[in-house]
Amino acid sequence: MITPALVLSAFLFVIGAFGVLVRRNAIIMFLCIELMLNAVNLTFVALSRVVGIEGQLFVFFVMTVAAAEAAVGLAIMISIFRHYETVNVDNFNLLKW
Amino acid sequence: MVIDFSSNLDYVRALLPEIILCVWGMVVLMAGVWRGESSEEGPRAEGLGWLALVGVAFAAVANGWLHGVREVGTDGMIAVDGFRLFSNWIFLTAALLGMLVSFAYVYRQRLQAGEYYALMLFSVAGMMFMAGARNLIVVFLGLEVMSIAVYALSAFNRRDRRSAEAGLKYFILGAFSTGFFLYGIALTYGATGSTHLPTIALAVSNGTAHGALLLFGVALMGVGFAFKVSAVPFHMWAPDVYEGAPSPVTAFMSAGVKAAAFAAFFRVFLVSFQGAYESWYGVMWWLSATTMVGANLIALVQTNVKRMLAYSSIAHGGYLLVAITAANQASAGAALFYLLVYTVMNISAFAVVIAVSNHGEERLEFEDYAGLGRNQPGLALLLTLFLLSLAGFPGTGGFMAKFQLLLGAMDAQLWVLSVILVLSTVVSYAYYLRLAWYTWMRDPADGGSPLPVYLPIGMRLALVVGAAVVIWLGLFPGSVLDLARASAAGLGVAGPMVEILH
Amino acid sequence: MIDILFYVFAALALGGAMGVVAGRSPVASLLFMVLCLGSVAGIYVLLEAHFLAAVQVIVYAGAIMVLFLFVIMLLNLGHNYHPDLKAGLWSALSFAVAGALFGFLGRQLWGNRTMTPEAGDSVDALVAQYGAVGAIARPLYTEWVVPFEITGILLLVAIVGALVLAKQRV
Repeated sequence: MITPALVLSAFLFVIGAFGVLVRRNAIIMFLCIELMLNAVNLTFVALSRVVGIEGQLFVFFVMTVAAAEAAVGLAIMISIFRHYETVNVDNFNLLKW
Repeated sequence: MVIDFSSNLDYVRALLPEIILCVWGMVVLMAGVWRGESSEEGPRAEGLGWLALVGVAFAAVANGWLHGVREVGTDGMIAVDGFRLFSNWIFLTAALLGMLVSFAYVYRQRLQAGEYYALMLFSVAGMMFMAGARNLIVVFLGLEVMSIAVYALSAFNRRDRRSAEAGLKYFILGAFSTGFFLYGIALTYGATGSTHLPTIALAVSNGTAHGALLLFGVALMGVGFAFKVSAVPFHMWAPDVYEGAPSPVTAFMSAGVKAAAFAAFFRVFLVSFQGAYESWYGVMWWLSATTMVGANLIALVQTNVKRMLAYSSIAHGGYLLVAITAANQASAGAALFYLLVYTVMNISAFAVVIAVSNHGEERLEFEDYAGLGRNQPGLALLLTLFLLSLAGFPGTGGFMAKFQLLLGAMDAQLWVLSVILVLSTVVSYAYYLRLAWYTWMRDPADGGSPLPVYLPIGMRLALVVGAAVVIWLGLFPGSVLDLARASAAGLGVAGPMVEILH
Repeated sequence: MIDILFYVFAALALGGAMGVVAGRSPVASLLFMVLCLGSVAGIYVLLEAHFLAAVQVIVYAGAIMVLFLFVIMLLNLGHNYHPDLKAGLWSALSFAVAGALFGFLGRQLWGNRTMTPEAGDSVDALVAQYGAVGAIARPLYTEWVVPFEITGILLLVAIVGALVLAKQRV
């Protein structure tokens, strides 16, 4: 079950990366980034069966980091929404995307 | 004093500079709260800045004290070696200059001073964790502490929509690159069975690591680092973020964040992945070549000074990637020296930009510098000095640093890359000197004299320190260069690796 | 039995992930994300990582996703039904890049089926001795105490950053 889990996590990671590239709604882009982090967590848990308990510890830290990023990222989105009334990245044109 | 990490008290000693910075960040935060509403008034906001600088000074004392500490073994989560301590000096310099140039900006733009300086202190602590890490978890968490603080700082000016936009762009692309970096860590962990850098190095060099997984791990971590140091195919966030973020934050992150990312890049690739040198050497070669050529060519056509300096900062990243490609002792020492010089001259150049833009986001085009030489000859002279140093003019620190990088590259027999380095430096003269030409030779378009420039005490101090360091390191680099070389020796790079190649 | 459960969870996780990318409104994407996180938590259980499965459900699918939902509701983005995929050529290019990445990765991971759970027994022994929480908590407070403390700073930085950026009064 280790190998299928690793392949599954690679698939989830790639779907997340694809989503970041093609979506234009900043919140969904961020959700796709969370999906990538989640895929990495699955890799760590699967590898912890092969290597040792450190993989599970790593997952613990990645979850904390995801929470911290979510707090700051969503705050940034609220602050940009105050200026533009949207979170669609195509509408931001002061700086080129 | 000897540290062997047998008890947790040893960690308290080994992490003293970081602990001081974090505690002091909380002190500044509390001081900002107690000042209440009035904290946004000029003199009081400046008082918080000086308070934060006291914390930097304490951390510097602690860092100096660590020079006398000897470390036994490499089991700890954190390294106490020369490389870490020299990197810490670079970050503390970036913090000192970055705060000094912020004083007037913070109260003129009515930013919340307490949170601003506290976030700066926290991000410096994050940089130190990155540079000193002996375990990938500490690299990762240090990277995140630094990045999250800097995301918030980029979006800090809430009245300015460009600042919010810069924050969003930096955040999305930064978090995206974190995903790749983390996946790289996961695969490396699977391939080598550890996240401890010396253990990984052992597994990689004696071939017990799983080849294909390791290759992907190295590649994905390389992508993550390339994003953070803004190497050219992964640079697209940098110009926009540097342009949109508040100028002092741009100054701070174009120097500090880059230095920290490079320090971790060096430690991970030169210590842990040294045994896989053949597999990443080619990619790194192309990365540094495209970065040097691409960034310098795009910088030629910029008309906004902050954007020009952003591309210049990307180009400097390209020169430093040459040192990673060379992967030898001489290059590692040269890169540390280069990072120190780059930090000082880049923040100082931004200091002039901040002063000319009236501690706000105005007068940032090249045309706005016309007539500066006539009205403010002293400031124009300093700007010219910093631009010449960034370009690498003989007699300045920038020249000495670039010359050392070149020596390191030649030592590793990277002839083509050395030629590209020299040629792209020649190209870079064009855009640096174009700004100098605007300052001295052009009259303002409207014929009137430009606004007077306000230079508060902090800004003056930053400019004087910057100019002194740039000239001093240009003329007498000896002692600092020796220290940088000795510090890099602690990295454990086993001499030139050319024999593996040929 | 366990294998069948694994493939059920894997299919749900993949479906959820695709739903996140294809979802028309942010709320739909978010609910698909919760589905994906829940299924991955199920896989954690199958991989004997019970504590992480619980944390995944409570913290990830619970707290973090609720934070997202809260922001979506606050900004009133729930009715954002217009499709927002980027232009055709860019999508095709992204698809090619993502497909190539998965092709390489998947081939290597799949070709490497010799990977056996050789540390599985040691992990199980730790869990049997200290319990599912203790097996993770013991190293967390001993060898990994430095990263643990750094996490504290990280959370403080996140709190300060979020407060400064999202505070009502400008």
